[in-house]
Amino acid sequence: MESSSRRSPGLRPGDAAIQSHGSDPSSLDRFPPGPKSGGRDDDRGSTLLHHTLGVLRALGVIALLAFATAARADALDDTLAKFLDDKFPQTAAAIGELSAEAPPQAAAILEALGDNRLMIDLADRLVAYKTAAGALLNAKTSAPIPDSNAAAFKKVRVNNGLRSAIQGAMGSLTLANPDAEKRLAAAEDVFRTHDAKALPALQTQLAKESDPRVAAALKLAQASIFAANDSGSPQDRLSAIATLKERGGQDAQSLIDAIAQKATDPAVKSAAASALSAIHARLALWGVAQNLWYGVSASSVLLLAAIGLAITFGVMGVINMSHGEMVMLGAYSTYVVQTLLPPSLQNWSLAFAIPLAFVVAGFVGIAIERLVIRFLYTRPLETLLATWGVSLILQQLVRSLFGANNRQVTNPPFMSGAFELGGLSITTNRLWIIVLSAVVFIGLQLVLRATPFGLQMRAVTQNRRMAASMGISTARIDMLAFGLGSGVAGIAGVALSQIDNVSPNLGQGYIIDSFMVVVFGGVGNLWGTAFGALLIGLANKLLEPLIGAVQGQIVLLIFIILFIQRRPRGLFALRGRAVEA
Amino acid sequence: MSARLDQLGLAFVAILIAAAIAVPLLSLAISPKSPFYLPPYLVQLLGKYLCYAILAVALDLVWGYCGILSLGHGAFFALGGYAMGMYLMRQIGTRGVYANPVLPDFMVFLNWKELPVAWWGFNWFPYAMAMVVMVPGLLALAFGGFAFRSRVTGVYLSIITQAMTFALFKEFFRNDFGFGGNNGLTDFKDVLGFSIQSASTKAALFSASAIALIVAYVVSRAIIASKYGKALVAVRDAESRMRFLGYRVENYKLFVFVVSAVIAGIAGALYVPQVGIINPSEFAPANSIEAAIWVAVGGRGTLIGAAVGAIAVNFAKTFFTGAFPEYWLYGLGLLFVLTTLFLPKGLLGLALKGGERKPRQMVPVEAIEEGVEP
Repeated sequence: MESSSRRSPGLRPGDAAIQSHGSDPSSLDRFPPGPKSGGRDDDRGSTLLHHTLGVLRALGVIALLAFATAARADALDDTLAKFLDDKFPQTAAAIGELSAEAPPQAAAILEALGDNRLMIDLADRLVAYKTAAGALLNAKTSAPIPDSNAAAFKKVRVNNGLRSAIQGAMGSLTLANPDAEKRLAAAEDVFRTHDAKALPALQTQLAKESDPRVAAALKLAQASIFAANDSGSPQDRLSAIATLKERGGQDAQSLIDAIAQKATDPAVKSAAASALSAIHARLALWGVAQNLWYGVSASSVLLLAAIGLAITFGVMGVINMSHGEMVMLGAYSTYVVQTLLPPSLQNWSLAFAIPLAFVVAGFVGIAIERLVIRFLYTRPLETLLATWGVSLILQQLVRSLFGANNRQVTNPPFMSGAFELGGLSITTNRLWIIVLSAVVFIGLQLVLRATPFGLQMRAVTQNRRMAASMGISTARIDMLAFGLGSGVAGIAGVALSQIDNVSPNLGQGYIIDSFMVVVFGGVGNLWGTAFGALLIGLANKLLEPLIGAVQGQIVLLIFIILFIQRRPRGLFALRGRAVEA
Repeated sequence: MSARLDQLGLAFVAILIAAAIAVPLLSLAISPKSPFYLPPYLVQLLGKYLCYAILAVALDLVWGYCGILSLGHGAFFALGGYAMGMYLMRQIGTRGVYANPVLPDFMVFLNWKELPVAWWGFNWFPYAMAMVVMVPGLLALAFGGFAFRSRVTGVYLSIITQAMTFALFKEFFRNDFGFGGNNGLTDFKDVLGFSIQSASTKAALFSASAIALIVAYVVSRAIIASKYGKALVAVRDAESRMRFLGYRVENYKLFVFVVSAVIAGIAGALYVPQVGIINPSEFAPANSIEAAIWVAVGGRGTLIGAAVGAIAVNFAKTFFTGAFPEYWLYGLGLLFVLTTLFLPKGLLGLALKGGERKPRQMVPVEAIEEGVEP
């Protein structure tokens, strides 16, 4: 490799001298006439060597610096000349040199090559590349090339082998990037691809890396290369196992597995085995944690959907079968808000949607209470039927207004995406829904505990007749409680619009689960509802991997049916004379 | 009220007997060109209505006379239907797509090698009929036994019956459960050797449905008229009082619940050969609730009213879903709301109102029993 020998300027000071003295500026853009030029260059260099040595000594440090840049410029010329042949082996060699030399232009050139934007002009022996915008730039100087000359250029051909070489070269280029973040990203890239070609660059960088985070990532990447390619000494592989074991996770597991498969050295074999079992144990633990997280997430959805029902059912003992439709109205409110808001406010759509959903669902709830339910308080079974009828009407109404198809509700940026927490993967929208359900729960507790309305509501829940005797307008409390419960269901709809299809049937999917939560937790007690939601959500998700999602739900339904036999008033039954006849 | 209701009941039975004779005649004996001719599809539709009417009578027996609003009767109906469907599946034999003499098509498709135990014996009609009665009956016995002994009443009972229906709904959707998964059972060829497609079979099934409705009515009527029936109504109106008087309330409820479930199962068994398919959507909780509105529209606690309500509502459904599909759900929804608000005794209650004027003092007692205060 002639270029790599030129890399150390001290070996061939003559070259540098010639380049720095002799060439006119335009010749910098040109390239020597071909690969053989290297030889002629050398001849020139050797004849002039003695001549210039004295001058160089006199120039001292400044000249030494000049060597470096000049030698690199020369090397770049040679490298770029290889592209002019437009032959795959030559191009591959040029890619290798670019990645090894890492001149500042290298990234742009390689990228252009990969995208079929690298152009050559055989007549003038010029290499240039088109930018993404379409401008033609000289590959070496980045100077624009006039359009009149553009016609002389043709593309450098690449094949798939070259493309992967370009990928690797880009990876090692960024490994040497002065920006630590970029180096980190590149190291993680290598970890994922465990491309053996990146090893030399990786090790060079590792030797001089100062940033501890990047050094760790580099070490990990190096370990992954040893593991995946079964290369390096047994010592290397042992340390690779140790490094990977520390990292843990699915990919580390498969990498160590790769070592274990091929290893012949008993020490390596046993180290791999013990590391594997350690990682297994850790993964299993994280798996349980992940399921718990899913469970908590499912619980939060259940809680949101059910907590409004807990209020209406708790206070009035009324089964509101149209509760699911209140949720659905909330989801459609979100859709309407997103449709009407100007683009500049889209990111804040939920801030508008939550109050709107509360108000819309709350008013519809109050209307239902005033128009239907209050006439049926003595006949709870008929209330069930009447509210079912209301739910059919509301579904059809929404279907007529918005169509039967699902409506598109987008996640605002802060609610989309996911992140890793240890071995947990956490989706942001689920996290926000948990936050929302907690806020709603606390808010409702405050309303119940710290406001006169809440006090009156609790009084009516516990003993309606006594509350009425104390001067509480039970009819008014019923109305407001129904509005509150329905409004909270509307808020639940905003949350569900982020994770579920917004369709007229949205509410139907949640109604039975919500009833189960309320009945299981015990009527008239928000803590019971929260606890019920948590238990059911967790049980659901923990059963899921064991017996499947549907079976899990069925088992839970049967469990709740049996549970109600034992405790007909739920986990946390209100104790009082009014409750049981 | 009771005397007039019994008169109406006689008329009801007479009309049904007339229909059981007339419909086959009009369908089979007269020329298709005659204005009185009943095409087979219409016979089939009327037969379907009668099956719904049987289901409504069953539901009225528990809801109207015992105060149990069961939202699980759709499930009993579907279970009876599945038992019948399994018999019909086994009758297909080698005429299926895969021509397997033992295994129904969907099992061959799922690459099953042997007939599951649950399917054994279903090629034998008496066994299948025994299952039509026993499966819903035993489920009702187990479920009711638990629920009534634990004194689960009122809306709680409604909710857990709905949960039961929902659980079955989900279970039957699973292919692994062995009952055809979401496709259910269909492609039936013949019943008792008669082609299921022929007009005469359809007419016979109609008559069978009419007779079953008469039997269901007569049996229910007999239960209500007996001393047991009086106690049952008393349980409905004042459960605690009956318990304090020494009655085993749970046994009263359990018996009527099981009888009702069996009747619902028979309705399902007659329904399946007439519509030609049974699939898990029959378990949908919405179906059970809809059955409740048939009863409410016709009039709770009248039996005849329930049957009439089922036929009327389903006729309206057929008409509206054909003519104004957009508005049917509004209509059904309004029916639920308006009936419960303005017609607590249903159409029949409205018709009978003239003959009877007595102040109703029931509300406070009921309310206290339900645990809800006025």
